[in-house]
Amino acid sequence: MSAVTENDKLGFARQYSTWRRALSPTGNTGDAVFRVLMLLVALLMVGIVVAMVIALAADSMPSIRLFGFGFLTSQVWNPIKGDFGALPFVYGTLASSLLALLISVPFSLGIAIFLVEQAPTYIARPVGFMVELLAAIPSVVYGLWGIFVLAPFLRVYIEPALAKLLWWIPLFSGSITGIGLLTGGIILAIMVTPIISAVVRDVLTAVPGSQREAALALGATKWEMIRVVLVNGAPGIAGAVILGLGRALGETMAVTMVIGNRPQISLSLFEPSYTIASAIANEFTEATGDLHLSALVELGLILFLVTFVVNGIARILVWNVTRKTGGVSRAA
Amino acid sequence: MSASKSIRLVACFSALTLVLFSIACNGGGSGSGSGSVSLTGAGATFPNPLYQKWLSEYSKLHPNVKIDYQSIGSGGGIKQIKEQTVDFGASDAPMKDEELKSAPGEILHIPTVLGAVVITYNLQGISKPLQFSPEVIADIYLGKIKKWNDPKIAADNPGVTLPTADITVVHRSEGSGTSAVFTDYLSKVSAEWKEKVGAGASPSWPVGIGGKGNEGVTGQVKQTPNTIGYVELAYAVQNNLPAAHIKNVSGNFIEASIDSVIAAAADSATSTPEDLRVSITNAPGAKSYPISSYTYLLVYKNQKDAGKGKALVDFVWWGIHDGESFAKELRYAPLPADIVKRAEAKINSVTANGTALR
Repeated sequence: MSAVTENDKLGFARQYSTWRRALSPTGNTGDAVFRVLMLLVALLMVGIVVAMVIALAADSMPSIRLFGFGFLTSQVWNPIKGDFGALPFVYGTLASSLLALLISVPFSLGIAIFLVEQAPTYIARPVGFMVELLAAIPSVVYGLWGIFVLAPFLRVYIEPALAKLLWWIPLFSGSITGIGLLTGGIILAIMVTPIISAVVRDVLTAVPGSQREAALALGATKWEMIRVVLVNGAPGIAGAVILGLGRALGETMAVTMVIGNRPQISLSLFEPSYTIASAIANEFTEATGDLHLSALVELGLILFLVTFVVNGIARILVWNVTRKTGGVSRAA
Repeated sequence: MSASKSIRLVACFSALTLVLFSIACNGGGSGSGSGSVSLTGAGATFPNPLYQKWLSEYSKLHPNVKIDYQSIGSGGGIKQIKEQTVDFGASDAPMKDEELKSAPGEILHIPTVLGAVVITYNLQGISKPLQFSPEVIADIYLGKIKKWNDPKIAADNPGVTLPTADITVVHRSEGSGTSAVFTDYLSKVSAEWKEKVGAGASPSWPVGIGGKGNEGVTGQVKQTPNTIGYVELAYAVQNNLPAAHIKNVSGNFIEASIDSVIAAAADSATSTPEDLRVSITNAPGAKSYPISSYTYLLVYKNQKDAGKGKALVDFVWWGIHDGESFAKELRYAPLPADIVKRAEAKINSVTANGTALR
């Protein structure tokens, strides 16, 4: 990452001076106008985020007033009786996203390492293109593929095998339908893989060639050389994973179609689950009661906060990793 | 020098923005020329294919009337007609008393067509349609009947060998008029369902997995052996899904069809209240299919704009007469004759500033 920012800085400085010359050949006024304009653009973004939080909070007031903190701990979601709790949705959102990352990160790293370090150009180009193409497929298409291909495949082959081998782990118990948390997690994993691998590929490409040459010159094997490259790119890789996590947390359509949409907290990966985004998309159109609407908006507010907190935790992790690897390389 | 130059630049820029903005605003407003009327409606998704057909046919006959219908869901339709952001709303379930009270004016319910909910399933080796009595359906969806070879299911299906497999229950995941009709029926036939779950578009299902939309439920049922689910009649017919016969009030097992749905509406006509807000699930009559329902257009009795109001009542009048001829080809059941008569009276009662529009 440090290498990336150095490059970026250089590039930006070059662009900046070009801009300055174009805007104001004589000196300061153009700079001032430019600075104010850019500040306004930046503030506008902050303003939109703040406005969204305020609007969500205002619209969820009826629900917040009635349920208070109980909304976060209650497992009941009953629109007919007007009783609402968010815990199963928060659980489903976090569980499906984490599952997606667990599956996706090793694959994404492997793809990126292969494309940058191993593959000859005539393979790397088309394979890289195909992986990025995956990111352009609409999520409803992933959902349909999930229902008609992935779910039956999991039901017939994977889930019975898992249940037979690992029956003593509660994760792999329960009835086998092909629809549930596992299917949702796998669909999400396929959807975030192109994002993570594309960013990791750029990160690895940005690691200076001198690092590789130095490692090889010191007698490192190819694998040891790749490890040096990975350590150098660690913050960038973590950034890529955060980007993928953000995508997974907010994904709606594809997950809705395969996760089973049942607000429950179950240890089993085979059982249906429900995510916040799915619940909002599913129930908003037919929600007539004010309390139901308000509870759905509060779910949106919670998704906002969950994304915020998860991103914050991830940033702290990245910061820690950067310090640590810095120490390791200095010690070495 | 340079200061005045950049001020000029900023001034030019803001002037350009203003011009663009005013052009954009004008563009939005200049749709309604003299002599032409444009109406907007929003609501139920279930009758959307029929309403779209109506709009395209009606615009051929009346090129000066432009009508848009947005299928945003019944809940959205009720909300928008209450907030008067649309000229007419549409809903599968009639509006509740408290919803009507909180509206700024009296809202009329005009039934347009009928639909039905079909129980479909995936069971290997069963050739003739399964038969269900109401309590069995309720018990399956309550999670009390767990196996296909349960004696209660067997009792409804003499001579059929049912597998010992577990039943996988599938329901709609999103809020839906189909779910509202289905749970309304279950609440009528099972006291336990009424008490534990109740009727509504997004009930808290005791068991099962949620599929998104008719296609989601169908997908799950087709893909997964030993499942049971429910979908709209039109959807089931178009996709050739197996459909269970359901025991009605008279004790007959009835196949869901356009005719058995019309029978349910006709046989409950005498008990249909004056305002036409009625649930016809569990309808009386020997040939009535028990999980049927109307879908409604929602219209203010007192129209603010006489021109728009006139166009609206003319369109709705055309819909429940000429428009009904498109119902069957799109797999909806047209209204029985005496309900058309009563809907006519409703349309005739619409006024603008105290004068009748028809």
